[in-house]
Amino acid sequence: MEPIIRTENLDLYYEQFHALKSVNLDIPEKAATAFIGPSGCGKSTLLRTLNRMNDQIAGTRIEGLVSLGGADIYDKNMEVESLRKRVGMVFQQPNPFPKSIYENVAYGPRLQGIKKKSELDEIVEESLKQAALWDEVKDFQKRSALGLSGGQQQRLCIARALAVKPDVLLMDESTSALDPISTAKIEELIRQIKNRYTIVMVTHNMHQAARVSDKTVFFLNGEVIEAAETKTLFSTPEDSRTEDYISGRFG
Amino acid sequence: MARRTDFDEGLNQLRELLIRMGTHVDGALKEAVESLKNSDLAKAEEVNRRDAELNAMEEEILELGSQLIITQQPVAKDLRRIIVAFKISSDLERMGDLARDIARVTIRMDGQPLVKPLIDIPHMASIASTMISESIRSYMDENTDLAYKMAKDDDEVDELYSAMLRELYTLLLDKPESAPQMMLLQMVGRYIERIADHATNIGENVVFLVTGRRPDLNS
Ligand SMILES: Nc1ncnc2c1ncn2[C@@H]1O[C@H](COP(=O)(O)OP(=O)(O)OP(=O)(O)O)[C@@H](O)[C@H]1O
Ligand SMILES: [Mg+2]
Repeated sequence: MEPIIRTENLDLYYEQFHALKSVNLDIPEKAATAFIGPSGCGKSTLLRTLNRMNDQIAGTRIEGLVSLGGADIYDKNMEVESLRKRVGMVFQQPNPFPKSIYENVAYGPRLQGIKKKSELDEIVEESLKQAALWDEVKDFQKRSALGLSGGQQQRLCIARALAVKPDVLLMDESTSALDPISTAKIEELIRQIKNRYTIVMVTHNMHQAARVSDKTVFFLNGEVIEAAETKTLFSTPEDSRTEDYISGRFG
Repeated sequence: MARRTDFDEGLNQLRELLIRMGTHVDGALKEAVESLKNSDLAKAEEVNRRDAELNAMEEEILELGSQLIITQQPVAKDLRRIIVAFKISSDLERMGDLARDIARVTIRMDGQPLVKPLIDIPHMASIASTMISESIRSYMDENTDLAYKMAKDDDEVDELYSAMLRELYTLLLDKPESAPQMMLLQMVGRYIERIADHATNIGENVVFLVTGRRPDLNS
């Protein structure tokens, strides 16, 4: 699996706090990679460095390299807007805009200058289909997104992220606020789309990581302890700290 | 995060049950061979009757292990600890059947005197008995050295069995009238040899438990 994202000796500080410590990681292209580890170990921090969401946090300092398709994303010539278009994000709480279902998905493509109704319709339909939501909403696309259930809202947010055709989709605990059935639907859609997009997901549900990801990375105190093929990491981890963590014997 | 006390408690119960099964099988093998040596029909009947207890213990292990999988969702070595306990209990159950089969030979001989004193069979049985306790110990201690040692013991049992076959064959030429009894004794040798194979399987499973990879110790 070819890496699309690579970090080299990546350090991140929040003021004095050393949150990421010399992280060297390859994220394979068109596959799902899961970040696991105890609370506060830096999973979200690393995820946010991948589309420069940390830029908005005052006092953050970064050293080392993060590259996307070979290009340094912290280079001064990198346009953050276009980076975020290539690297989309879905958060823990569904956050649809207070607009119609259709407008939520059409929003990004419109910003990119697509105006033609037929073209937008097509993108909206395709994105809703990829997010496994089309069948449930195709007849009510004009209704407010806020009327959807939590699980549907989260799939709408995924459709919205996919509508701008990103290369990478970052998901930070995107199913942790959902019921088991909605969670299963999102896991299934990840399995469906992961051969077209690169997915990087943070999850506290280790069985979810085991079910949907191809590669799993275990973090502890801002360090990568082990990164391996998911099957290997959950059956024969190399580091005893990984084994302790996945076996629930930690702390 | 909480330590896995419930899980560890469950694992200990599994281990306990495996020890009980191992002790039972070892006892059954010893008694069965004794019964054969002394033409002790009562003892043979007892071994035959008590085999059902082993089946019940195997069921208990399956039940407990399944509960642990459902409620604790173990991964990695913890999961292998349970899978391997399942495998070991099924090996032990088969070993118990084989010990019972030896007792049934005693019953079929129905008190007729032995054509020759038993030498190889008790010798093989004593090695197999050691292997049974070692197999359980290797699981308890997750000791792969012991697993590999058992593979060597198994080779010794195999050799004794071949030697025994050769001897029976010579005897057969000498005393063709005792052929029926020799065939029964040959079967007993075969049963013990199978018991040792099952113990070796347990060793293999212990290596799998520890390393995540399956060796072939039985060839
Ligand atoms: N804006 C911030 N300012 C200062 N410290 C921060 C900030 N954001 C995160 N941290 C600290 O950095 C460390 C890593 O946080 P991060 O949110 O990346 O952890 P996490 O692995 O995602 O945890 P969780 O599983 O709880 O979401 C924590 O110790 C956290 O307190
Ligand atoms: Mg987080």
